[in-house]
Amino acid sequence: MKGLLVNRWGLFAAAVLLLAGVLKEDYYFSLLNFIGIHTLLVVGLNLLMGYGGQISLGHAAFFGLGAYTSGVLTAAYGVNPWLALVAGLIIAGATAFLLGVPALKLRGYYLAMATLGFGIIVFIVLNEAQPLTGGPSGLAGIPSLSLGPLALNTPRRLYFLIWATVGLVMALSANLVDSRLGRALRALHDSEPAAQSLAVDTFALKLKVFIWSALYASLAGSLYAHTLNFIAPSSFTFMFSIKLVTMVVLGGMASIWGSLLGAAVLTVLPELLTAFHDYEVVIFGAILMAVMIFLPRGLVRGLLDLWEFRNYKRQGGRIPV
Amino acid sequence: MVTLVSLLQYLVSGLTNGAIYALIALGFGIIYNATTIINFAQGEMVALGALCAISFYHLEPSLPLAFLAGTGLVTIIGLAFERAALRPVKDPSPITLIIITVGGAVFLKGVAMLLWGKEAYPLPSFSGNVPLNLGPATILPQNLWVLGLTAALVLGLEAFFRLTLVGKAMRACAYNPRAARLVGIPAARMVQLSFGLSSALGAAAGILIAPLTLGVYDMGTMLGLKGFSAAIMGGLGSLLGGVLGGLVLGVAEALASGFVSSGYRDAVAFLILLLVLFLRPQGILGGRK
Amino acid sequence: MLELQNVSLAFGGLQAVEDVSLSVRPGAIQAIIGPNGAGKTTLFHLATGFLAPQAGRIVFDGQEIQGRPPHAIAALGIARTFQLVQLFDHMTVLENAMVGRHRLSRAGLLSGALRLPRTRTEEKLIREEALAALEFVGLADRARQSAAVLPLGLKRLLEIARAYASRPTLLLLDEPASGLDAAETDRLGEMILALREQGITVLLVEHDMALTMEVAEEIAVLNYGRLIAQGPPRAIQKHPEVIAAYLGTDWQA
Repeated sequence: MKGLLVNRWGLFAAAVLLLAGVLKEDYYFSLLNFIGIHTLLVVGLNLLMGYGGQISLGHAAFFGLGAYTSGVLTAAYGVNPWLALVAGLIIAGATAFLLGVPALKLRGYYLAMATLGFGIIVFIVLNEAQPLTGGPSGLAGIPSLSLGPLALNTPRRLYFLIWATVGLVMALSANLVDSRLGRALRALHDSEPAAQSLAVDTFALKLKVFIWSALYASLAGSLYAHTLNFIAPSSFTFMFSIKLVTMVVLGGMASIWGSLLGAAVLTVLPELLTAFHDYEVVIFGAILMAVMIFLPRGLVRGLLDLWEFRNYKRQGGRIPV
Repeated sequence: MVTLVSLLQYLVSGLTNGAIYALIALGFGIIYNATTIINFAQGEMVALGALCAISFYHLEPSLPLAFLAGTGLVTIIGLAFERAALRPVKDPSPITLIIITVGGAVFLKGVAMLLWGKEAYPLPSFSGNVPLNLGPATILPQNLWVLGLTAALVLGLEAFFRLTLVGKAMRACAYNPRAARLVGIPAARMVQLSFGLSSALGAAAGILIAPLTLGVYDMGTMLGLKGFSAAIMGGLGSLLGGVLGGLVLGVAEALASGFVSSGYRDAVAFLILLLVLFLRPQGILGGRK
Repeated sequence: MLELQNVSLAFGGLQAVEDVSLSVRPGAIQAIIGPNGAGKTTLFHLATGFLAPQAGRIVFDGQEIQGRPPHAIAALGIARTFQLVQLFDHMTVLENAMVGRHRLSRAGLLSGALRLPRTRTEEKLIREEALAALEFVGLADRARQSAAVLPLGLKRLLEIARAYASRPTLLLLDEPASGLDAAETDRLGEMILALREQGITVLLVEHDMALTMEVAEEIAVLNYGRLIAQGPPRAIQKHPEVIAAYLGTDWQA
């Protein structure tokens, strides 16, 4: 089992390096950078929704908080970008805590509405607080990150940073899922009373995971700000929160690699089909409905299940013990 | 400057919007009572109702017919949505249903965008634009139409639920689905009826407000969310609560946006929602568990 | 070990539990029986923190525990099973048992994510102890199976294994024999006796009279939320009010 895991991450690293060697144009690196940033967002949301069973329809807000903290501090106040990134983490984490304490006592629709309302409020504040955020026209002049003397101001250089981060975050998350609290989280998703009866403080755990996923989102936001060197509130809308949920659902709830798949597919698809743009909204909605109705475990597991079912029927329906 | 005139003006616009929220909240409440599902696609029925009515009006410039056409078409869409998206679901857990109905809302909005584009379309006011004087404040005839028709619809619904056999059957389903089924009430039919009724109410709300705010493909999103907020504020499951919640939300929002800042208008509505959710999630009239 | 003192709880107009006083001796196997709706599971919920009494006290090992949240009470060493089996269906049999070790392990979010050496050692221990719990109930060979595909009898055993893994001092079993056939019920009886041998106090809610009479040293009888009798099995079998509660007053003993 351990050998297999080492292989998976090794493959991942190899693939990342291989692509860096094979691809030439900036366009591809940019695209991969966005896939990476989206993956960070989706992994966090997946921990919360897929493994933990809590719904969040406002995740874009934490993405925005990270992006704007980094953006404002570096562009307007000349703060070191790495420090600004940490500041973003602190702000996002604190906000998640303040929201989580009252909100995570709620269930189902109530929690969905609370996160949704929060997301919209953050968006409106970003849009309206013009002196601070630059308003609807956005915030420009965000400096790039740099590692010592090396400025990360090309898509190729950012690619290495972003995908190293993605690899790290995915590994941490995979570890988490298999750890004591990861089991406790999956347990509370399946049966909250049973988890409580085994001394799992379910509320505290939900809050911790909520904050943890907000931190991932903030990290993604900061990276996003330093990748584009420009941010606008229109990237952090309710619709984007829905897109993130779609990525989680498509790739597979409760799957770390599924998060990568969902992010990749739904970032690349709009690029592949330029006529897609007008149909983007319809297609996202259709995907959400179709996947939840027919393949609720997401693309990967859903198709694997179908495959297993076909094999099972072919074998005359004998169940392997 | 707080003047009596401005206060009255805000009250008028607040009550108008509030009536719309109330209709939408009623739509949420009816489906919730019959199925314990929250249909996030409800907001889109509002937009589709307005747009269908507008398109129909272009073909045949008769407002009553346009009203009927819009309401009728959207009722069919609502029924189709229940049949296609919700009935085949194998595992109706809240998270699944939320995602499906949100997906449905997004899908329908996308369809509206494809069919009508992003422009705003006008619909003539039901009885002209000559403002009336209500004391020092002015009120448009359309405001009166909204308030009046909403009141009529609410009373009609009350009568339906209390006096007709079908209405009572629906209430029975809400209180105790198993017992209702045992006495022969067809649950599936009641679910369909609830979706049809809610969609019709949503469409009506859209057609009523379109003369004032124009019909646009994305008008449903915010209205739907605010309507749902109103339903929660009044107490999920209580129809009277939905109406109260809607009116309170409309007025609070108008006052806040008038005296604080109009850009933050929507933020105020959701702030109120968050406060209700955190402090008294069962709402004003304390819904059922 | 566990004492309920004058505990009462009403749901709206329905008095679920009325002035019930009960005590459970350490190392004993005791049972609570009564007709459906008598309030037995409500008592379990009260003792484990899922409900709070409106009156009365619940004392465990000298501490008052009424009104405390379920996870805090579980952390004190009270474990339970549920009337309708509550397994973690998306996890394997072994993982279910491993969750049982939650209260005896400490790894947090960060240490779990980083897989620190001391965390890895703890994981090994958790796994070993969970396997031991599975062996105790005889499910060790199914460790890798998904918990969802087990037949009901084995599901109930897994629930017990999971609770056992938390090394409780008091174990509350809610209708563990429900849905089991004769052979499985026998196995269950042996398991309950084996639990006592391990020093675990057992409180049982059951409808299966044969099983109850066989394993319980003391039986408390509830009817309409009130305690109507308490004593050794023989005495309960002959108790007129108990007979009346189950069979109605037209029957004579």
